[in-house]
Amino acid sequence: MGWIQRLNKGLTRTRSAVRGSLDKLLRRSADPALLEELETALILSDLGSPVVTRTMDHLRQGLLGTNASQSHTVQTVLKQTLLQALAPATGPTLDDLITRGSKPFVILAVGVNGVGKTTTLAKIAQRLVNGGLKPVLVAADTFRAAAIDQLKVWSDRIGAEFVSHRHGADPAAVAFDGLMAAKARNADVVLIDTAGRLHTKSNLMDELRKISRVLKQGMPEAPQEVLLVIDATVGQNALVQARQFNQAVGITGLVLTKLDGTARGGIVVAIADELKLPVRLIGVGESAEDLQDFHPEPFVDALIGTPQ
Amino acid sequence: MLDALSEKFEKILKKLRGSGVLTEQNIAEAMKEVRLALLEADVNFKIVKDFVERVGKKAVGQEVMQSLTPGHQVVKVVWDELRAMMGGEKAGLALSSAPPTVVMMVGLQGAGKTTTCGKLARFFKQQGRRVLLVAADPRRPAAGDQLASLGRDLQIDVHRQDQAGASQTDVVRICQDGVRRGTDQGFDVVVLDTGGRLHVDDELMGELVAVKAAVKPHEVLLVADAMTGQDAVNMATQFHERVGVTGIILTKVEGDARGGAVLSIRAVTGQPIKFLGVGEKLDALELFHPDRMASRILGMGDVLSLIEKA
Ligand SMILES: Nc1nc2c(ncn2[C@@H]2O[C@H](COP(=O)(O)OP(=O)(O)OP(=O)(O)O)[C@@H](O)[C@H]2O)c(=O)[nH]1
Ligand SMILES: Nc1nc2c(ncn2[C@@H]2O[C@H](COP(=O)(O)OP(=O)(O)OP(=O)(O)O)[C@@H](O)[C@H]2O)c(=O)[nH]1
Ligand SMILES: [Mg+2]
Ligand SMILES: [Mg+2]
Repeated sequence: MGWIQRLNKGLTRTRSAVRGSLDKLLRRSADPALLEELETALILSDLGSPVVTRTMDHLRQGLLGTNASQSHTVQTVLKQTLLQALAPATGPTLDDLITRGSKPFVILAVGVNGVGKTTTLAKIAQRLVNGGLKPVLVAADTFRAAAIDQLKVWSDRIGAEFVSHRHGADPAAVAFDGLMAAKARNADVVLIDTAGRLHTKSNLMDELRKISRVLKQGMPEAPQEVLLVIDATVGQNALVQARQFNQAVGITGLVLTKLDGTARGGIVVAIADELKLPVRLIGVGESAEDLQDFHPEPFVDALIGTPQ
Repeated sequence: MLDALSEKFEKILKKLRGSGVLTEQNIAEAMKEVRLALLEADVNFKIVKDFVERVGKKAVGQEVMQSLTPGHQVVKVVWDELRAMMGGEKAGLALSSAPPTVVMMVGLQGAGKTTTCGKLARFFKQQGRRVLLVAADPRRPAAGDQLASLGRDLQIDVHRQDQAGASQTDVVRICQDGVRRGTDQGFDVVVLDTGGRLHVDDELMGELVAVKAAVKPHEVLLVADAMTGQDAVNMATQFHERVGVTGIILTKVEGDARGGAVLSIRAVTGQPIKFLGVGEKLDALELFHPDRMASRILGMGDVLSLIEKA
């Protein structure tokens, strides 16, 4: 299955709710009850109230003085508003950044527990190897049981270089070593896996700052990319996560994982809109190839569908 | 968790407490705000509707208790209903009279199943029980190592027969072998750590059904992340309908999740929340107390102690 189909499948529930009220709007005149129904569907898709409010305002304006037959304005306005909100979510692809960036290109993955950091880095490594580049996977999660083994299994599977210390070692020291090893081995990309942490724990957020600081001692521009990994099945809490991590380490890009489930998807738009952070990649499964660049237009189509 | 919700509740109920007499009018207004507060906390639509209706009706029909002001009485109704919604009395894990008690953990990817297996094992060990952990996730890289590492820390036996690319029958067989070993070697509790899966993944859900049919666990515990949004309801419904769940463990509760999942999952499955995961370490497991959680949501210690006495 191609990624668009997969994404479409994952967002079915959201789309069918939004679609249902949209299609009604396309057939009938836009009475307040129908608009309210659409608004509810949008709220339930996790778009968050700022985006929903703006969308509804645009819609009401767009519909002023039009009749039912022109209601296909609704489709256009909705799509345009969402695309606009997503505009800050489109940046250069990770591949572009790596090609243009200095070598080695250091990527630091951060996020709360269990969202898919380790798996995402493995997927990125796979992609780089496929493209003829040399990545190093660095096991800077020295806290969770067998986190190091997990990354090791992936690196063996992918055929990527691997750097680790013992369980319980200082994560910043591992990260630094990873960078040094990458330089020594002439690697292209350093992928640093960190332990999951709740954004509410300030000591753990300090630890991330330290990792970032220590990396700079090895290479002033490192880490060139700080990826915040977000589980798309999480509701509005994802916004708080994004804010807090951004404040602590300065996020440069987002990865949305588990979009193959029944995630509502709208949270992508909410985050892009508020934090103006580009969505670099989306995760649509558990295997190494289930990683995709983010494209706003197919995403919005998967979210709201197209008229029948 | 639930801080945002308690803040809102506090505001709403403060307004009511201020008013000497309760009218249908001011109750209706308060209920409108309660409804919004719950929705914003990611509690499912339908559940919110039922809740608000029940509370509204009860509050209006209240006989006035002498020891409480009318405002307090509404707080009490809300508290009672919240508690009832979360399962009334606290529910632990009952051990079978014919050991071993078999506990099967299920849930989405990354919810916290493996970690919670370790926490439960520690919990039982402290009660002097012999526990066997069974590594039944051959798919996720190093899932077996993760469980083995937890077992080592706790000095608890771990049953493993990992092999790359194990098929469904393998997972069933691993679980059967684990339970058999539990029986043969006189363990009190056997905990099965299954792999994470999406509730929409038909094939992998079928694997859980097959495991359950083969080993007939006493408990099937759904491990769910407290940060789950509106989709908690679909997820819990699917796991319950397909596999049949006997209890719920909510993880990552110590963060600032809005906590709608607590209320929703309990309501749609009708199964009790048994434990809360409140941290990454193995001692970060709490028995779930519905009354304490209800109090935490309402966030008014002083008023509540008054009410508990009434
Ligand atoms: N369905 C699905 N599962 C995913 C995806 N990405 C990761 N997972 C699964 O989610 C679970 C957690 O993934 P990890 O990569 O270990 O997550 P993590 O953020 O490194 O976790 P911690 O290090 O424990 O905080 C695993 O079972 C992964 O297979 C995805 O895009 N879709
Ligand atoms: N903060 C916090 N983290 C937790 C809690 N319970 C589990 N975790 C963390 O959540 C992450 C995922 O936990 P696992 O036990 O690997 O989850 P799982 O459900 O077994 O994951 P899969 O097997 O990949 O589906 C790890 O980083 C755990 O340390 C909790 O109560 N609080
Ligand atoms: Mg990890
Ligand atoms: Mg696991």
